[in-house]
Amino acid sequence: MSSENALLEEYAQREYEHGFITDIEADSIPAGLSEEVVRLISQKKNEPEWLLEWRLKAYRHWLTLEEPKWHNVKYPPIDYQASVYYSAPVQKPKLNSLDEVDPVLLETYEKLGIPLEEQKMLANVAVDAVFDSVSIVTTFRETLEKHGVIFCPFSEAVHRFPELVQKYLGSVVPYSDNFFASLNSAVFSDGSFCYIPKGVRCPMELSTYFRINAQNTGQFERTLIVAEEGSYVSYLEGCTAPKRDENQLHAAVVELVAMEDAQIKYSTVQNWYPGDSEGKGGIYNFVTKRGACRGDNSQISWTQVETGSAITWKYPSVILQGDNSVGEFYSVAVTANHQQADTGTKMIHIGKNTKSTIISKGISAGVGQNSYRGEVKIMKGATNARNFSQCDSLLIGDKCGAHTFPYIEVRNTTGKVEHEASTSKVGEDQIYYLRQRGLPTEDAVNMIVNGFCKEVYDVLPMEFAVEARKLLNVSLEGSVG
Amino acid sequence: MLEIKNLHARSEDTEILKGINLTVNAGEVHAIMGPNGSGKSTLAHVLAGREDYEITEGEVTYEGKDLLDMEIEERAAEGVFLAYQYPVEISGVSNKYFLKAAINSIRKHNDQPLISRGDFVAMLKEKLALLGMDKSMMDRSVNEGFSGGEKKRNEILQMAMLEPKLAILDETDSGLDIDALKIVSQGVNALRSPERGIIVVTHYQRLLEYIVPDKVHVLAGGKIVRSGDKSLALELEDKGYSFLSEGAEAIAAN
Ligand SMILES: Nc1ncnc2c1ncn2[C@@H]1O[C@H](COP(=O)(O)OP(=O)(O)OP(=O)(O)O)[C@@H](O)[C@H]1O
Ligand SMILES: [Mg+2]
Repeated sequence: MSSENALLEEYAQREYEHGFITDIEADSIPAGLSEEVVRLISQKKNEPEWLLEWRLKAYRHWLTLEEPKWHNVKYPPIDYQASVYYSAPVQKPKLNSLDEVDPVLLETYEKLGIPLEEQKMLANVAVDAVFDSVSIVTTFRETLEKHGVIFCPFSEAVHRFPELVQKYLGSVVPYSDNFFASLNSAVFSDGSFCYIPKGVRCPMELSTYFRINAQNTGQFERTLIVAEEGSYVSYLEGCTAPKRDENQLHAAVVELVAMEDAQIKYSTVQNWYPGDSEGKGGIYNFVTKRGACRGDNSQISWTQVETGSAITWKYPSVILQGDNSVGEFYSVAVTANHQQADTGTKMIHIGKNTKSTIISKGISAGVGQNSYRGEVKIMKGATNARNFSQCDSLLIGDKCGAHTFPYIEVRNTTGKVEHEASTSKVGEDQIYYLRQRGLPTEDAVNMIVNGFCKEVYDVLPMEFAVEARKLLNVSLEGSVG
Repeated sequence: MLEIKNLHARSEDTEILKGINLTVNAGEVHAIMGPNGSGKSTLAHVLAGREDYEITEGEVTYEGKDLLDMEIEERAAEGVFLAYQYPVEISGVSNKYFLKAAINSIRKHNDQPLISRGDFVAMLKEKLALLGMDKSMMDRSVNEGFSGGEKKRNEILQMAMLEPKLAILDETDSGLDIDALKIVSQGVNALRSPERGIIVVTHYQRLLEYIVPDKVHVLAGGKIVRSGDKSLALELEDKGYSFLSEGAEAIAAN
């Protein structure tokens, strides 16, 4: 059908806005992975012995593992020796204020729409800017510290709060968890560390903005968020990368810990470079994200809008240990052109009266392949556990695919699990209807797609919802004739 | 305002419209009747610009312009409105948001300033009252979960909000209860004006008691086989379409 072809074209021609390269001198180590490289990274960061040992354990374990094959994504074998595992822009060793940040870097973030000068920023969002392997700057630190909130680069936390880091690092995602988590544990570079003390409601949104810049470089960041009893934090994560013809590896680990009555909201807008319309280039995004609701009445919500990456492999999960704890997963995943996504969640119910909600919206266009993979497990002791899952897929054109793989395991007879799934196509009749009311085709498609994602947008923080909408919107620029 | 000359349209292998001639002047209301499958909706969709049909012959002039040469949204922006026989559902998009987006798209096309929030709210309130609709419906998704009659009423609300120059109503009366029929007819009559043309497609003369047409046409087998004034509708109601065969044969013989 002519208009469907036109739609395919539009999605195919979706321009990646953040594809520019920052020209800055970098301190990079040679490509390749070995025990020596692990030691070198640790040394560059001047790490304590225990952390080096942990890295080495992870590395040795990784050597015994094989890359997982159970997922529904296809890619040529990754040469782990071809990647660079550490690259940092050259700048003064210790930054005390923004004045000391290389203006080229400030400009980069400005261009990405994340101004780092506090007076220009959104007043209620603190940002940790991670550029390749290091954190450039973290804003609003003093304001946060007044409230006892720690928000700093991971590498800094290792020195300033070693006992906290040592206590929680790997406590939710152990170094042996899976192939990519082990790799990350061995070579992770930087990331963010957040600690919200007992009873504190974090006064602003915390966010980390990840940028891959250097060529052939992998990014392996690690984020750890600990919310003590009765505390609350909302955390946002954004990511972009330049257009490169080669694939680049990104293997992150995020660990969340929520104590009694604590609440963590974690939102992601993932917009790594997806590759070009022929499927050349793009980020391989293999991410392990998991939260532990350790305390009673605690709550962890994952919200993700995944529009980028050539391959997305991620399953933000919640372990519901505390009684009455709540886990939520809201996801929009887009695969256009040759993008592939295998994403979903795991909700492990251990405590009594635990509740989980899963809302997943997959959008496929072009020859994109989108899989939802979700596991709901209700353990023996989880009396009166509840889960509700809803997985909807939207197809644009007829060369793309949507797949759903739900795994449900109920070991307690009082458990209730509901699963709903639907697949629909952006109908020509819908587009025709909207156009008949005066909307140009691209607006019509955007309206239909955004309507489809509404339930997820509704739980995103405001600024992010706007950003997410923009990202999803297809730019027409004369491609429909 | 609208002149259709010898219009032929086909879908894949079948010719559906086989030479339609019809002129609608500003200020007039035309009714099109005819048996199921005779091509009434096809004609409406061809005028709206649906891409499923191939125009093999003929021309359509709308306000001096070649209508068939215009994009769907361009026709809409120039004032062509179709109330669908089967309105479409759009999940997750509220009626309110949709209406405002439509109004603004049309305004943008015509280089007019966007509608202000206040004006929009006031206008919506007025039109909702005219059509006896509850404002809570405006926060629901477009046509989603609407009853058959509510969908039809919603079409007329959209028409009232967009204030088209040429409105084509495809079986808006079917699915409406008697009270709703009166209300919807009022809504349509409110739009009657010397600058507007209206085409109503219907099977029932009852609608034409409320929306009194200037002309009535009978479409059969892809052609207009009979035209007359409103008494033609009564005659049809009385005798059914079979009496037309004589007329149709007569036309064919000519
Ligand atoms: N897209 C299409 N593809 C194939 N056939 C079509 C298509 N659209 C319409 N037709 C056929 O053309 C004929 C006319 O259909 P149309 O919907 O215009 O009739 P109608 O007069 O509106 O009928 P009704 O009174 O039942 O609404 C029918 O036989 C129908 O099956
Ligand atoms: Mg019809």
